[in-house]
Amino acid sequence: MRRLLIDRTRCDGHGSCAELLPELLDLDEWGFPISLTGERDPAVPRSLAAHGERAVRACPLMALRIG
Amino acid sequence: MTAHLDTALWALGRGTGMVALVMFTLTLVLGIVSRSGRAALGVGRFGVAELHRTAALTGTGLITLHIGTLYFDPYAQLKLVDFVFPFLGSYRPFWLGLGTLAVDLLIVITVVSLLRERVGPRVFRAVHCATYALWPVALVHALGNGSDGGALWFRVLAGLCAAAVGIALSWRLSAGYVERGRVRIPRSVPR
Ligand code: SF4
Repeated sequence: MRRLLIDRTRCDGHGSCAELLPELLDLDEWGFPISLTGERDPAVPRSLAAHGERAVRACPLMALRIG
Repeated sequence: MTAHLDTALWALGRGTGMVALVMFTLTLVLGIVSRSGRAALGVGRFGVAELHRTAALTGTGLITLHIGTLYFDPYAQLKLVDFVFPFLGSYRPFWLGLGTLAVDLLIVITVVSLLRERVGPRVFRAVHCATYALWPVALVHALGNGSDGGALWFRVLAGLCAAAVGIALSWRLSAGYVERGRVRIPRSVPR
């Protein structure tokens, strides 16, 4: 299963990823993404693959990767 | 070439330049207010980022038309060298040179932005800062080189563009901008 990898050294916690992937991500109180699936890097189901790609492209700090 | 075609080329060159100025103003304002992905205008964070990108690419396309049409316009007397090397033009060389400078910057910024995955965030950011130089240079070029530069309505348009950028910048630099900063920085240190 492909996972959404969050580079936390790059992420600045402004959360456009959680807007695009509410199934997998929420924002913590400081605006940083947290995984909703219980895994550190949430697995991206096939049904969400396109949304995942979109979130990767939308991240302004290039902190997301799918791999 | 017929006189009609000349006029059409000239009008297209002017029009595309002006709309490009508006597009780049929009791009810059969106970039400033959404720095690092803040939500604005009710379209969400990713919406702002996508509008920013779309406006930038639209402006870039318009500039391609702008220099393309003016190249064939007999009055502007552009030479190919004017696309790359500034200040060599025959018609208002200084103001045209600013336009060339802006095009050079625009090419570098667009290429680096499209390849941002390749070049990495550091280079991307550094080059992106050059947009703060690009916009004023383009604005001054429009005012100095454009045949409508002296017209009142164009000055008003340019003034509105400058005001939009000014307001966005002062909001960005004001304390009220930080969305979660108040949460991130504890107001009092517990003893
Ligand atoms: S979009 Fe990117 S920078 Fe913003 S919170 Fe998500 S991972 Fe972090």
